[in-house]
Amino acid sequence: MTEDIQSSIAGLKQHMIFLGTVVEESVTTAIKAVHTLDNELAERVLDGDKKINSLEVNVEELCLKILALHQPVASDLRFVITVLKINTDFERIGDLACKIADKVILVNRTKQAAGSSAPIIMPSEFDEMFETTQNMFTSCLDAFVSEDADLAHKVCLMDDAVDDAKRAIRLDLEELSKNKPELQPYLPMILSVARGLERISDHAAHIAEDIIYMLQGRIIRHEKSI
Amino acid sequence: MKNDNRNAIIAIEDSIVQVRDLNLFYGTSQALFNLNFDIPRNKVTALIGPSGCGKSTFIRCINRMNDLVDSVNINGSIQLDQQDIFDKSVDVIDLRRKIGMVFQKSNPFPKSIYENVIYGLRIGGVTEKPVLEEAAEVSLKRSALWDEVKDRLHDSAMGLSGGQMQRLCIARAIAVSPDIILMDEPCSALDPRSTAHIEELIRELNGEYTIIIVTHNMQQASRVSDLTAFLYEGELIEFGKTTDLFTVPVKKATEDYITGRFG
Repeated sequence: MTEDIQSSIAGLKQHMIFLGTVVEESVTTAIKAVHTLDNELAERVLDGDKKINSLEVNVEELCLKILALHQPVASDLRFVITVLKINTDFERIGDLACKIADKVILVNRTKQAAGSSAPIIMPSEFDEMFETTQNMFTSCLDAFVSEDADLAHKVCLMDDAVDDAKRAIRLDLEELSKNKPELQPYLPMILSVARGLERISDHAAHIAEDIIYMLQGRIIRHEKSI
Repeated sequence: MKNDNRNAIIAIEDSIVQVRDLNLFYGTSQALFNLNFDIPRNKVTALIGPSGCGKSTFIRCINRMNDLVDSVNINGSIQLDQQDIFDKSVDVIDLRRKIGMVFQKSNPFPKSIYENVIYGLRIGGVTEKPVLEEAAEVSLKRSALWDEVKDRLHDSAMGLSGGQMQRLCIARAIAVSPDIILMDEPCSALDPRSTAHIEELIRELNGEYTIIIVTHNMQQASRVSDLTAFLYEGELIEFGKTTDLFTVPVKKATEDYITGRFG
């Protein structure tokens, strides 16, 4: 059964929104797992990755089908190309959520091996980082769904705050390593979580830039001020 | 669509044709409305738009084919290298020598392949056999037909395939070294392979001739042209670089037409 291009594009958008919500859930769960050091939540994130990978392949196949059968132009072309690009970002964000979940499991395993019941101290900047990273990704999805270029612009501007928080966390961890040597085995894992969140926010910023291209036809990727 | 960087009609640095305030009427019915744009020299310009939008009517103005239609009334001007082609002093035969035309349906003369190619030169007064033979060979090579017909130049052109006939018509057009070649849907009656041949030929000729092509095939316009003009109901809606027009059109009407939302 063949579809006209508008129906195919509407279908592709639905698939992309579904993938986005699954990835969003994965990121939120990974962050919760870090907060609570809950292995069960971390396992849930890892289990969900297969689903994200399969949805990503499905979206890519739909894009290729539209390109081959309909040869889209103008806004239709920009939409399909944008989906093809941000689909990869979504999948990588899913991978990063898994890496964060991995670190939760590793922290718990290390704690158990050391027989330690002492609480793991997380630098206070994590709270802002969790919130901003989640906010960036959710806003990306909203901008995609509601075709809101202004919201996408706002996401691009939020990336600096996450980079700053990550730098502050690194400094805090250096201090902790001097003042609380008993925490040393965990610090690389905590830093790795911060790195993962920073990479997620980078992907969210790329997605927002691509959404602006989709809506306005402007490639702003290397512009200094947007 | 937001786009502040481009206008719907771009400025052309080196233009061969300047269209100014062009209006055309069939009796009391107006077909072209106040067209103003320049056509760049030695580039391919595509005209797109729904049926009846005035594409063919417009290119037929450029070589004054509309003179042959009684009810046509034109005002405004088309300058070809700074001369108004509607000026009384213009020799229409000479104008049509400078502006070749290839039609939707190939129209070879019922003569040999060779005679078809040199027809324009003959009626232009060229009689030297070596000159004519060289012109025939060069033109057939330029139109990518030479290898297929070099051993049967004196056979009837009517025995050629549709795609070969169309390339023969292009050879005939370029034999007289025109400044401009007008193509009115040159591939609409051809199969995909012959269409690919003609499109390849258009790309080959690009840079050496000014080509203005009317096409209903959007992909063809995007494949072969440097610039594209979108006409709708006799008005020029948008004219710009083909890559821009097919990725980020300025006007909503263009967007709607090329994405198939209307027309």
